[in-house]
Amino acid sequence: MMVLPAIIFLPLVGAAAIALIAPSRSMVLKPVAVAASAATGALTLWLMAAFDKHDSGFQFTQLNEWVGSAGISWHVGVDGISLFLVVLTGVLFPIAIVACDPPHDAKAYYIWMLVLETGCLGVFLALDLVLFFLFFEIVLVPMYFLIGKWGHANRKYAATKFFLFTMLGSALMLVGMLALALLTARETGNAVTFNLLELADSAGELPTITARWIFLSFLVAFAVKVPLFPVHTWLPDAHTEAPTAGSVILAGVLLKLGTYGLVRFGLYLFPEASRYFAPLLFTLGVIGILYGAVVATMQRDLKRLVAYSSVAHLGFIVLGIFSVNIEGVEGGLLQMVNHGLSTGALFLLVGFIYERRHTRQISEMVGLQKAAPVLAAVFTVVMLSSVGLPGLNGFVGEFLILAGAFVAHRWWAVVAAAGVILAALYLLWAYQRVFHGTPDDANRSMPDLSWQEKLVMAPLVGLIVFLGVYPKPVIERMEPAVAALIEHMEEAEGFESPTVADRPEGSFEELRALLEHHGGDEGEGH
Amino acid sequence: MDALVDLVWLIPAFPLAGALILMALGRRLGEPRAGWLATAMMGGSFIATLLVFIGLLGRDGDERAIVLTLFEWVPAGSLAVDIGFLADPLSITMALFVTGVGALIHLYSIGYMHGDEGFSRFFTYLNLFAFSMLMLVLGDNLLLAFLGWEGVGACSYLLISFWFGDEANASAGKKAFVTNRVGDWGFLVAMFLAFLTFGSLQYGEIFFEIESNGVAAGTASAIVVLLLVGAAGKSAQFPLHIWLPDAMAGPTPVSALIHAATMVTAGVYLLTRMNPVIAEAHGWVPDLIMWVGLGTALMAATIAVAQNDIKKVLAYSTVSQLGFMFVAVGSGAYVAAVFHMVTHAFFKALLFLGAGSVIHGMDGDQDLRRYGGLARLLPITSMTFVAGWLAIAGVPPFSGFWSKDEILAYAYGENKVLWLLLLATAVLTAFYMTRLVLMAFFGPRRWTEGADEQAEAGDGEQPLPRRHPHESPWTMTAPLVLLAGLAVVAGVLNLPFSKDLHFLETWLAPALFGNAAHVPFGGGTKWVLGAVAVIGSLLGVSAGAAVYARRRIDPARIERPFLARAWRIDEMVTNFMGGPGRRAFERTAEFDQQVVDGAVNGTGALIRRAGTRLRAAQTGLVRSYALGIAIGAVGLLAWFVSRAGF
Repeated sequence: MMVLPAIIFLPLVGAAAIALIAPSRSMVLKPVAVAASAATGALTLWLMAAFDKHDSGFQFTQLNEWVGSAGISWHVGVDGISLFLVVLTGVLFPIAIVACDPPHDAKAYYIWMLVLETGCLGVFLALDLVLFFLFFEIVLVPMYFLIGKWGHANRKYAATKFFLFTMLGSALMLVGMLALALLTARETGNAVTFNLLELADSAGELPTITARWIFLSFLVAFAVKVPLFPVHTWLPDAHTEAPTAGSVILAGVLLKLGTYGLVRFGLYLFPEASRYFAPLLFTLGVIGILYGAVVATMQRDLKRLVAYSSVAHLGFIVLGIFSVNIEGVEGGLLQMVNHGLSTGALFLLVGFIYERRHTRQISEMVGLQKAAPVLAAVFTVVMLSSVGLPGLNGFVGEFLILAGAFVAHRWWAVVAAAGVILAALYLLWAYQRVFHGTPDDANRSMPDLSWQEKLVMAPLVGLIVFLGVYPKPVIERMEPAVAALIEHMEEAEGFESPTVADRPEGSFEELRALLEHHGGDEGEGH
Repeated sequence: MDALVDLVWLIPAFPLAGALILMALGRRLGEPRAGWLATAMMGGSFIATLLVFIGLLGRDGDERAIVLTLFEWVPAGSLAVDIGFLADPLSITMALFVTGVGALIHLYSIGYMHGDEGFSRFFTYLNLFAFSMLMLVLGDNLLLAFLGWEGVGACSYLLISFWFGDEANASAGKKAFVTNRVGDWGFLVAMFLAFLTFGSLQYGEIFFEIESNGVAAGTASAIVVLLLVGAAGKSAQFPLHIWLPDAMAGPTPVSALIHAATMVTAGVYLLTRMNPVIAEAHGWVPDLIMWVGLGTALMAATIAVAQNDIKKVLAYSTVSQLGFMFVAVGSGAYVAAVFHMVTHAFFKALLFLGAGSVIHGMDGDQDLRRYGGLARLLPITSMTFVAGWLAIAGVPPFSGFWSKDEILAYAYGENKVLWLLLLATAVLTAFYMTRLVLMAFFGPRRWTEGADEQAEAGDGEQPLPRRHPHESPWTMTAPLVLLAGLAVVAGVLNLPFSKDLHFLETWLAPALFGNAAHVPFGGGTKWVLGAVAVIGSLLGVSAGAAVYARRRIDPARIERPFLARAWRIDEMVTNFMGGPGRRAFERTAEFDQQVVDGAVNGTGALIRRAGTRLRAAQTGLVRSYALGIAIGAVGLLAWFVSRAGF
């Protein structure tokens, strides 16, 4: 099947085409970028439609030898775990490209955006460790330039910080990967391979301690990317200083590289180590949820506030993943998509406000709902989704995560659930300060959403509502793969994840029969 | 008849359709068409409820629990939650008064919101609220009830801060939502525990599981206590009651619909619905519910005595009456709880709408101290208000008497001290409502109609405010009259005289699975208790008259500042949140910036200094760092490999 390579490289082809456009014809830059990303998006949607929802394995796989002597291959494939992250990427990029125009150097901007898209898609689709690593690193470069070149005042600092933080993590992961492949080959006596599936089968041969160390090296890379407390401080700077489209992609897609990595390479390759370190990750997740929310509450910069809310949301996702049960992992995966939509939408809205008011300071905005009622209404919906209001997408993921976490580690979940209070606090307070009240002169004349902006927000709001009311199409496509993953872990380690009570075999009707029966017994007693 | 019951999905579908249409076209429809559309949707919903009700009546008593599943909502792992409706006596009773009272309040709002620039937005929210409320009561599982639960909370937030131009309204909305969320935490954790224990969140399956396999008392207790936290948030019970008085910032029809008749009773509904779990809990759990209810009822009643804002009096009165319902639930008197919920919906909606009519006539002034002598000018409003007053005061034969009397009787059977305190609360209720009625509608005017008319009753120093009180349009008075009628006669739902008159008790029985308590004493005691309750009510009324009509006692001696400031609970919470709470939040943010991030920047600076010394800085920061990292990585790899024994 050629569809996956097509999905991965179509944006790159677009980037190449843009590179060839003469400077005199700069007005076609954006249409080409939009077309390339939209075509990619359409392909990902086709992928979702063609995906066999009963198959737990990888579909549309393609395996070609690449550097045979080193056991490196071009190996791509998609399963229920990666499918919706691919679709999310496919959907968010065209939206981000359409929504925001760069103020200068449009050509380079669009090239970097499209290269970034290729990198992200490659990460989600790669089934070879080296290939994965390549894409994982490629992503850094365009993002570095997007922040550093088109960002806000403090962009140089933020870009450098972003680059170094993630670079540090990746370096450790590279070491871990090499160690994993080499040591596994030595244990099994087979040739060295970086094939994910083969490694997952044979990694169990590694001594427990070794596997734990290697897991830790992966963990550092992913924890920085997620980000987990205490390595999260690159995130508020990068998100705040990045141009709007950069923030949307950073929050919507790039953070998911970390959580996706935790599932694909953490749980899948290191079942024992994942469970061994689960209490640590649970703790860091819960700290992230509460700490991120508390720090978000006190931010004076609206964009920074949204950035910190990501720390809290990603804490939930980590919590779900390391519950290691179907509910928790599925909730985590679902929440990756939900967070991409909601936080992506929030960054877009904050960007729209910034373009109008040229400030991100909460204290300088007041009464915007009067000036821009449609913008306020859209913001309200997105905010409520982020708060986790049932009926909107955020709730389903959060509920599954917490339910799964409760089954696995009860008290952590009880504390984490308090995060829903704090989420309401920081977002509603921000909304009150920005949108409520009576607008002063500076805010009174702020224009409402243009039709282009409404068009950009419509698919996001539509998905936010749809996934809240009817998440089943997503969940049922995830379920076989997640169930297989849990089973793989249980087999590898010989543990059984704690489960809930079996579903009762009766409802009101059977209950009635039972009551009559009991009533009869009592009657006899008298 | 089953075909009728299957119409249950229509009940929430009507207001949902209304909300969606208004979202899309509300501005174009404008005033008053948007209001009529929303009202018609509520009317449709009410008719659908009636049809389902008739359908249920056509079935045998114990077959009145029908589940209609629309589609799978969250099917993940062993969790399977559907969008499904449960039509049973309890849910349909709730739906009947939610849609009935709701339709009347929608109608009323057409008049009340006349000329408001957010007219269609108001009705969008109102329909959306009705939809959420109906999902709450009709949902066949806890998660769907939670959807409605949070949905009504969100609509409540939107409607309290409806006039968002004023900072106070915006704050009140946020406070309501956040305080409710504290309760929702309890609801959420209760659901996790229920899911773990029963393997399901569906009512029928949970109850079946309890009946067939039982449940540990400790688990059941934990679930109920957690649900109680949720219920206390939504139903404004101590200590989570602090949001409700502030919620009065919303337009008055909102106070009537959401913060008196429907939403705030959701906690009582939830606990009543979960009665099989309460039955399995330890004995102290229902006692806890009871004492929380009593404490709240008594405290709120004392506060209501000292409020001067007409809506604040009614707000604290609502908190107090909800406390009565919690007492009923705690003592196993579920029927009495629902009975009082229904009568309260009628008379409290009436009182709020009446207050709205007065406020409307007094140019938005809500201060009782500037009212007086309005009875003649607002004849319909005052007549209906008097009916509501007698109902809440517990004067027979008005509806409130019958439902309150029933709660008192069960309380007596439960605990004599409890009963005595609850009786005192009832006396206070009669007292503060008499005070309100006398200050608003009778006595000297503490306002003036024109500049020429001289102030007769003023204190001489302050000029009296100029007002032109007038009766409200028919869209507002018609609901008042209908509600007044209901407030007078609703007692017939469950008259105590003969078993045959216990309509509500018989009707609700299938939803209570034999868990309802029975009054443990005979008819004679019941009559005596009833008589005592009547004497109590009359005592309260005459005490009110003595103070506020005949001025036997200086009101200032009763309206203590401590009471006026609501026992200072709200102040304490606000001071804590604004003081130590805020400081803790700020410290955390500073910690993040200076310690966590500071460490990062410190490391960076250190490396840079080292780098400068090594004269490598010219190569550019990023590249030099990357090089350093690469070198480090190789070194680490070497260590790894050597350690592994290559």
